[in-house]
Amino acid sequence: MAIIDPVIEITGLTTRFGSHIIHENIDLTVYKGEILALVGGSGSGKTTLLRQMLGLVTPAQGSVRILGARRYDCGREEQRKLRTRSGVLFQQGALFSALTVFENVALPLREMRTLCEGTIRELVMLKLGMVGVEAQHARKMPAELSGGMVKRVALARALALDPELLFLDEPTAGLDPALSEGFVDLVRSLREELALTVIMVTHDLDTLVAISDRVAVLADRRIVALGPIPEIITIDHPFITAFFGGMRGRNALRALQQH
Amino acid sequence: MPSDLAAGNNSRYRLVTTAAGDTLLQLTGSFTLTSLDRSFPTVTKELAKLASQSDASSLHWDLTDVSQLDYAGAVMLWRIWGEQRPAHLLLRPEQERMFLRLEKSVSLPEQPRRILFLPISMLGKQLLRFLDHLTGMITLSGQIVLDLFFLMTHPGRIPAREISANLYRTGAQALGITAVVGFLIGIVLSYLTSEQLHMFGADIYIVNILGMSIIRELGPMLAAILVAGRSGSAMTAQLGVMRVTEELDALTVMGIPHSMRLVLPKIIGLGIALPLIVLWTSAIALLGGLVAAELQIGLSIHYALTALPDTVPIANLWLGLGKGMVCGMTIALIACHFGLRIKPNTESLGEGTTNSVVTSITAVILIDAIFAVAFSNIGIRIAS
Ligand SMILES: Nc1ncnc2c1ncn2[C@@H]1O[C@H](COP(=O)(O)OP(=O)(O)O)[C@@H](O)[C@H]1O
Ligand SMILES: [Mg+2]
Repeated sequence: MAIIDPVIEITGLTTRFGSHIIHENIDLTVYKGEILALVGGSGSGKTTLLRQMLGLVTPAQGSVRILGARRYDCGREEQRKLRTRSGVLFQQGALFSALTVFENVALPLREMRTLCEGTIRELVMLKLGMVGVEAQHARKMPAELSGGMVKRVALARALALDPELLFLDEPTAGLDPALSEGFVDLVRSLREELALTVIMVTHDLDTLVAISDRVAVLADRRIVALGPIPEIITIDHPFITAFFGGMRGRNALRALQQH
Repeated sequence: MPSDLAAGNNSRYRLVTTAAGDTLLQLTGSFTLTSLDRSFPTVTKELAKLASQSDASSLHWDLTDVSQLDYAGAVMLWRIWGEQRPAHLLLRPEQERMFLRLEKSVSLPEQPRRILFLPISMLGKQLLRFLDHLTGMITLSGQIVLDLFFLMTHPGRIPAREISANLYRTGAQALGITAVVGFLIGIVLSYLTSEQLHMFGADIYIVNILGMSIIRELGPMLAAILVAGRSGSAMTAQLGVMRVTEELDALTVMGIPHSMRLVLPKIIGLGIALPLIVLWTSAIALLGGLVAAELQIGLSIHYALTALPDTVPIANLWLGLGKGMVCGMTIALIACHFGLRIKPNTESLGEGTTNSVVTSITAVILIDAIFAVAFSNIGIRIAS
């Protein structure tokens, strides 16, 4: 990447729930235009780290700077701007259960209070089309959707404002392989069109390999490895060996086929 | 030699006449939601005006100078162009892709038109809903009776833990609020009546009035209405949240029937707890009344307490307790009925809880009226 503006800077972050320490002295920088994947065992605090970047959880120690502003103590207007410049896909979707699919995606657009109804309608249908939700589902309630569909609608809502910064918590969990692939293509093309920066928690090796520029591995309360996948898989750590275990074999296989 | 004609709103565009005599509209700067922010409507209006002023076939749009374009900006232009590409358009490759996407986007299907207001159909719908709730409630009570028969033959399956938990939540935890309200109502009632009685020199009849009204009517009603608002809403909300989080479905697939594990313990629990709360509320309200009477007209509490059994027949107490039991079971039944009907969304949760409380308070007052008519000749001394 030629551009090296930091978008998110985490320094000396420590998280504690009661006496239970989740993160200890974590440093992490995310650069503009990159796709950073966050991997780690279940319960290793990936979601919590994401929530701290979003300002939903305040860390016990350390600071989080996002788009040049301090996450926890910047002004009201600054906070509002930050929120409209970032989109979030929650692990469970977090769709508003009382609103239809259409209204869910329209909500952040309406909150801008500058767009007319026709523009909102067009934008919502565009975003739903992008994530592969057909028009006939637009009037459904979230409770009437399948799990994968909830994910896609939630992604459409996260993309509603064309954010510069996209946070995805397990975006491909619950999607079938074809949809996962569609998702990978979508993120890739969005990055080219909108200069998107993506922070993504994922367990899906295929997605990871396909779109991540760098991978951060969270284990033992720290980031034990950070870098592109080829670098990561050479590191000797029990979690990495287990997680990418098949990878070396697969890479070897691919290398063999190419010869 | 192109010449600048106009530069608009923070120079977001340049109007240029080309050598060939065509008008060239060059957009510059950033066309994104965040950068346009509050000027979005004005920029839209300005560009739309320019587009309508010039001849569409000779107007050239040039977007290659736009530093940033997002979908909000693209949709804005798209709508200005009348949802189609203008005849002459210059784009960068990534912008090209965005407009391709826009071309493929489908529009929101029209909603089938519904007749919003038609008094007769509205009335019919309300009636059908009422009948639906009625049959639902009758079905649920029938199921509960069947469960009771089952439990009589299988006493080991009685959900004792749940019943005891409900007793604690709806009974023990309600003692504070019912005591406060009961005591205050007792004082108010006593203050109002004792002055009037004093005028006629009929001070000692305060015991009759307080005793009869509190033990027979006010105590049971106060307790029932407070519990309907407090425990009824909690029960409905609990079942509703269990529906939203699919806990009810999890119970079903484990073969644990809702009626036996969730509804029955609540009905039995409140059926036991409410009479006890009635007793407690009546006692505290009487105490409040007598304290006020002592302060106001100097009626000794000791005298009042000894006179009470003679002036208020014991049947009134039984009547109050009976009312408490019936009301308690009805409140729990209504709360569970509405709770189980909640649909998995937050709006339905709020609506269900409101309906449950309103219905159970109405039911409590209805039950009181029925008791009043049915037992009109019991526990009341008629002067002969
Ligand atoms: N609000 C909370 N209170 C207490 N502990 C929490 C809370 N949120 C998360 N945790 C704990 O923090 C750890 C990390 O959770 P999480 O970030 O959700 O993990 P994951 O990496 O699977 O997303 C877990 O052990 C979890 O129990
Ligand atoms: Mg998680």
